[in-house]
Amino acid sequence: MIRLALEAVSRWAIPLLLAGIPLYALTRKVKVYPAFLEGAKEGFQVAVRVIPPLVAVLVALGMLRASGALDGAARLLGPVTAALGLPPSVLPMVLVRPLSGGAALGVVGDVLRSDGPDGYAGRLVSVMAGSTETTFYVLAVYMGSVGITRYRQALPAGLLADLAGFAASVAVVRALFGP
Amino acid sequence: MSLVWVLLVALSVAVAAATGRMEALTPAVVESAGRAVTLSIGLAGVMALWLGLMRVAEEAGLVRLLGRAARPVLRRLFPEVPPEHPALGAMVMNVAANMLGLGNAATPFGLKAMAALEELNPHKGTASDAQALFCALNTASVQLVPASVIALRAAAGARQPADILGATLVASLCATAVALTAARLLRHLYPRPPEPR
Repeated sequence: MIRLALEAVSRWAIPLLLAGIPLYALTRKVKVYPAFLEGAKEGFQVAVRVIPPLVAVLVALGMLRASGALDGAARLLGPVTAALGLPPSVLPMVLVRPLSGGAALGVVGDVLRSDGPDGYAGRLVSVMAGSTETTFYVLAVYMGSVGITRYRQALPAGLLADLAGFAASVAVVRALFGP
Repeated sequence: MSLVWVLLVALSVAVAAATGRMEALTPAVVESAGRAVTLSIGLAGVMALWLGLMRVAEEAGLVRLLGRAARPVLRRLFPEVPPEHPALGAMVMNVAANMLGLGNAATPFGLKAMAALEELNPHKGTASDAQALFCALNTASVQLVPASVIALRAAAGARQPADILGATLVASLCATAVALTAARLLRHLYPRPPEPR
């Protein structure tokens, strides 16, 4: 039942939003087309802005792969990570996610290419990236803006949230798509 | 991030030296750098579509509408913030914009909320419980549609690029629940300075 509902959400959400939002906007007398173009321009700039972190991370991951370090880590940590439901190629996500959003997208791109987008690893890394945030960056920007240097419980809470997001990703992807 | 990046690269070189695979590194570096650009071009189309749609949503007042739904929840989460205080309004708009994946719109509201909460904070330089909770909420923000991930999946040739939408929603709700609970429960472990200024 829940599974069917989630599948329906996945299938219907984007087409419905694509039709519904402009329709609603028209009834509110919004100039839909110019507004769309304005936002789309911004989307293109986002894609350009993520190029530097993507280069940095894909180069590092490419080197890890080519040097055999990733295979080595997989052999060494394999039994532990397999028990946690984490394919070795997904491990860099856990390391990089709280630090940089662009870098996390780089890990997603890397896994999607090496393991395919429709396999367990590809879906898992996608859900992990979508359900967590760049904790250190958010804290630095928000706290820094009012000159706060002692974050108190915000840092452990943010990191625990990332951990919970990862664990929940494994559980949900396993339940919905199988390992 | 600097440390992580340097460590990953240095580790690769060290392992390559040990296993005699040094000749494989340079081609891998050149190929990966090129692929980063291809990837971001694949990203550009869907990101443009999505942010275009979200700009339409913003101008139609959907952020405000979503904010109206979020307001009672936030009032319950931040009982120490007076309901008429500008902090609450800014937090509501920040959460609503985050849910729609409007990062560029969410951040200014978030910063305004932090500044407004700072007025209520007796200890300058140290986060108040409300500020810590608000930041924790932002480090685990619930996104209705993770557009950049869907874009990457589409670029990688996924059969149903958005088939992870439902799973992502559930996982991010779990993360948010943990963020809120942890911020609430851990506050006693981080006492505030004794003398208010």
